[in-house]
Amino acid sequence: MGPNVIELDNLGYNYGGGELLSDVSIQLGSGSFHFLTGPSGAGKTTLLKLCYGALTPTSGRVRAFNMDVRGLDRDQMAHLRRRIGVVHQDCRFLDHLTLKENIALPLTVSGRDIADEEANLRELLSWVGLTDRMDARPPELSGGERQRAALARAVILSPDVIIADEPTGNVDWEMSQRLLRLLVELNHMGKTILVATHDLSLIRAAKNQVQARVLRISSRQLQLAGADL
Amino acid sequence: MTFLKALLLGDAQADRVVPPTGFTAQLTLFVSGAMAFLCVFALALSMASGRVADRWADELARAATLRINAPAAQKAAQTEAALKILQQTPGVASARALTAEEQAALLSPWFGSGLPVDSLPIPQLIEVIEDEAGYDATGLRLRLQAEVPGAVLDDHARWRRPLVDAALALRRLSVVSILLIGGAMAAMITLAANAALSANAQVIEVLRLVGAQDSYIAQAFVRRFTLRALAGGGAGMALGMIGVLLMPAASDEGGFLTGLGFQGVGWLLPLLIPLLGGAVAFVATTRAANKKLGELA
Ligand SMILES: Nc1ncnc2c1ncn2[C@@H]1O[C@H](COP(=O)(O)OP(=O)(O)O)[C@@H](O)[C@H]1O
Ligand SMILES: [Mg+2]
Repeated sequence: MGPNVIELDNLGYNYGGGELLSDVSIQLGSGSFHFLTGPSGAGKTTLLKLCYGALTPTSGRVRAFNMDVRGLDRDQMAHLRRRIGVVHQDCRFLDHLTLKENIALPLTVSGRDIADEEANLRELLSWVGLTDRMDARPPELSGGERQRAALARAVILSPDVIIADEPTGNVDWEMSQRLLRLLVELNHMGKTILVATHDLSLIRAAKNQVQARVLRISSRQLQLAGADL
Repeated sequence: MTFLKALLLGDAQADRVVPPTGFTAQLTLFVSGAMAFLCVFALALSMASGRVADRWADELARAATLRINAPAAQKAAQTEAALKILQQTPGVASARALTAEEQAALLSPWFGSGLPVDSLPIPQLIEVIEDEAGYDATGLRLRLQAEVPGAVLDDHARWRRPLVDAALALRRLSVVSILLIGGAMAAMITLAANAALSANAQVIEVLRLVGAQDSYIAQAFVRRFTLRALAGGGAGMALGMIGVLLMPAASDEGGFLTGLGFQGVGWLLPLLIPLLGGAVAFVATTRAANKKLGELA
């Protein structure tokens, strides 16, 4: 395991009401694979947002690539987002763009010329099996297609860290296994992976493919889950 | 320069990331077209009133004449006396008795050139040139009446002074109108840009999530509004120019109204209107975008 890419220190968070997370500490070492689990409403999505800087902790500290996330200005935050690929729970596509344009969006907004990246883009589309769907609009896609497209968009800038929020939320078992294999492949390529899921069978299936640690949120705290899974 | 090029040529990919919003696009086009149209007339009015003011002011300056109607024997003495009084009068820049040749030249259109001026009882004419401040005509008349019985002051062009003032005021008003038109356009485009930014709050959020910098997002909006303002301004300017072209040509009888147009290189001036409109839209949208993006952060 390399140096930590993301660290949370004694982190606390609330949305203005009662404490949702308190005294949470994690270190994600470079190249590690973590699952984050817990019942619905436990705060998984919230914790991920804190990791990639979409939310600011009410107490404690978040460090990404050895930078305190709180101290970043808006431009630095944009650059941080390019180093952390995120698969959002609801995918967050732009419906007026084609699937291919959505996947290429991180390239477009970072000012790169899509024409120069055409080969990479095609390779990525075929890796997630969406080559023949690249001109479809997001609303026309099935759940599995959406999740694979979201993963493709998350990795297009070749980020060091990939954070996925319920990537197998709306897909059948077979598709969830396919997505898991993609995430494992990325981890084997050296990417740091953090996956939030309430689906324990996914975690069990991952066990014989990758060395993954499982973190569980329960009663506002984060625990390392043991063999009881 | 590269920035201007980027703004005009743009980037097809970047243009697509923000969905077009129908009503703000039409509003911007319409407003900049209407404003450019009005601006052409305000500009034409300002230039025409400026020209009229200059011409009339010019005539005013060299307008007055003093006539000495006196028996031949007294003419020279009275002319002398009148010139002396004029020299002492505040507001008179200079006064000069016309020579016999000049007087003959003035009369020749009516009596032909062979006129024996010397043998006719023609009054002596004195040309009076005013300075900026002008002289007190009533006071001058009273004094002349007392000391030069044959003197008649003819200052017929003086009645134009209020007209010159009116023309100058009209020019000031049209300049103020142009500024107001620019301000109203800036306000409307700011509103339209704010509406477009608000309507696209979700899109902006997604763009930020995938690593877009605020400057990139702002430029996507700014470019769109600037181009629309340029296009609308160009169309409005063209229509306004057609309107001005259709005005009757300048004539002395029509005076000021028929002269409402451009002259010479003045015809190039309206071409600046769409460019200024584009600049106004650029500044207004940049400000609106920076403010809105700050709020959405
Ligand atoms: N923007 C928000 N404002 C207020 N409460 C929120 C917000 N987002 C989530 N919550 C609440 O915080 C809790 C945790 O939400 P979330 O992190 O989405 O949980 P999970 O992803 O584990 O299902 C839930 O009770 C949810 O209702
Ligand atoms: Mg969630």
